Amino acid sequence: MTAIQAGEPGGGTLPGAEPEGGEVLAAGSTWRMIGSVFIQSRLAIVGVAIVVLMVLFSFVGPLFYHTNQVQTNLGAVNLAPGGSHPLGTDNVGYDVLGRLMVSGQSTLIVGLAAAILATVVGTLWGAIAGYVGGVVDAIMMRIVDSVLSIPPLVLILVLASVITPSTTVLILLVATVSWLIPSRLVRGEALSLRTREYVQASRAMGGRHVWMVLRHIAPNAIGVIVVQATFEVANAILLLAALSYLGLGPAPPATNWGSMLNEGLNYVYEGKWWLIYPAGLAIVLTVIAFNFIGDALRAALEVRLQVR
Amino acid sequence: MTAYLVRRVLQGIAVVIGVTVIVFIILHALPGGPARGMLGPEATEQQVQQFIVANGYNKPLWVQYWRYIDQLVHGNLGYSYQNNQTVAALLADDLPKTAVLVLLAYAVALIVAVPLGILQAVRRNSVLDYVTTGASFVAYSMPTFWLGILLILGFAINWRLLPAEAPQGATVSAVLQDPKAIILPVATLALVTIAQFSRFMRSSAIETLVQDHIRTARAMGMPKRAILLRYLLRNSLLPIITLIGLSLPVTISGAVITESVFNYPGMGLLIWNAATAHDFPVLLGATIMLATVTVVGSLLADILYAVADPRVRYS
Repeated sequence: MTAIQAGEPGGGTLPGAEPEGGEVLAAGSTWRMIGSVFIQSRLAIVGVAIVVLMVLFSFVGPLFYHTNQVQTNLGAVNLAPGGSHPLGTDNVGYDVLGRLMVSGQSTLIVGLAAAILATVVGTLWGAIAGYVGGVVDAIMMRIVDSVLSIPPLVLILVLASVITPSTTVLILLVATVSWLIPSRLVRGEALSLRTREYVQASRAMGGRHVWMVLRHIAPNAIGVIVVQATFEVANAILLLAALSYLGLGPAPPATNWGSMLNEGLNYVYEGKWWLIYPAGLAIVLTVIAFNFIGDALRAALEVRLQVR
Repeated sequence: MTAYLVRRVLQGIAVVIGVTVIVFIILHALPGGPARGMLGPEATEQQVQQFIVANGYNKPLWVQYWRYIDQLVHGNLGYSYQNNQTVAALLADDLPKTAVLVLLAYAVALIVAVPLGILQAVRRNSVLDYVTTGASFVAYSMPTFWLGILLILGFAINWRLLPAEAPQGATVSAVLQDPKAIILPVATLALVTIAQFSRFMRSSAIETLVQDHIRTARAMGMPKRAILLRYLLRNSLLPIITLIGLSLPVTISGAVITESVFNYPGMGLLIWNAATAHDFPVLLGATIMLATVTVVGSLLADILYAVADPRVRYS
């Protein structure tokens, strides 16, 4: 179903990338074409630019903008922006701009790691279910249905009631609710891929099942996988924020954008806007950026499917 | 059709059983267990042991599971030491309140998102389309709780139009008697859902618009309004039925957050309190209940889809 291709306000239907005369394309040129469609989408460029800026801001920023993000400074709490603190200080005296950088690191790491983990697990799960089929498929997919029918935050709350969150645990928690959609998508691909001639040929020549899944099924579903992984990063960042808001974030002085929001909320009704707007904007911008990239990748992929 | 229904219902039952197994394993097999969490850090080792034996937590996991299912089938969901009430009573109190929140949000979302999506599709690439699509993109990419806080800051703190807290009534009718207080929580949840639905509605309507029967109707001089209502609306509404079914878990997640932002005593707060207090019977009961709601919801959506679209034939 190609219906969910919303949110292309800028590029329309991407008419720019004409397939070269419709001749059979070598793999290399297919990828080059996807690349060129992707680059022609203005939103994709904006998305990539925002992500690059956020990464630079979070990881390179602290090299130039030195702040103490470990020891609290109770002599300088909740200072308004200005002077030596461009974005003010928070309720225990951390410089907000510096804190945004440190938080950005953990937010991006958890978001990316959870999305990658979820994508790998989901891909293998879906590829195996779709390739093997039969009872195994039915059981594996009912497990996916079961986990999927529990509202994600509820499942995370249940899990968090038995384990204490650390960065690794947070990655695992977010991944636990994020691998399901990828597995469903990849299973769908695998169901159609396993009937293709080259898979059956490889099978007839004695190819082993593990080889089939890893060499033929998973790589050929790569387009779907990459698109979904991009959206999973956006979802993971939102989930992490929600978790931190519910008090399941990392223990101080570790932090992330969601935790910053959570702490700032206690003071926001006194007009201390700098405690929530910068962190909130950082989350929204980053999530939008990944959604832009995902949309553009999907559009580019659809062009490839049309050529095939 | 009957065969399809039977298969779908059986699948649904399998999924709910799967949920009970998964949640049971998570809660009981992980280290710590329910005893220490429920009795608190001051309990002596002897008290903990007594509690474990009294509640059968020392038995093999499958025996515990079987006992739980046996009780569950007989309508006994266990007892919450934390709240000094049966889990069934807690759920009976809180589920309707969350249902009110979710249903109102869905109603608002549909009333806004369906016309909006069609408008965006018909006026594609106009300024109006860019602005509304952009706005829904932002709402879609925003943490729900932050959206709620922004609404509180605007409507409750700055302009003093609406209360910052949800209705605190114990029953649904008490909640509905305070309509002003329910506006912001519903708006928070509805905005997120609108963003989701209108994105979907827009692309679904765009796909319908290019189909031949619409072009034929237009070529034959059918009034635009009639085309929109009779063909476009009806055809693009169909996928929305599926979308509602699919979006239930995400919307309930949103409700958990919204309840926590507006201090609305529904399932979300119940689960959050149970998780922090290690109140395992409540966590089990509430999770199974919400998962069942989701399964039944998507089942209804599938049936409704089959009824609404006679082209769909199930084998």
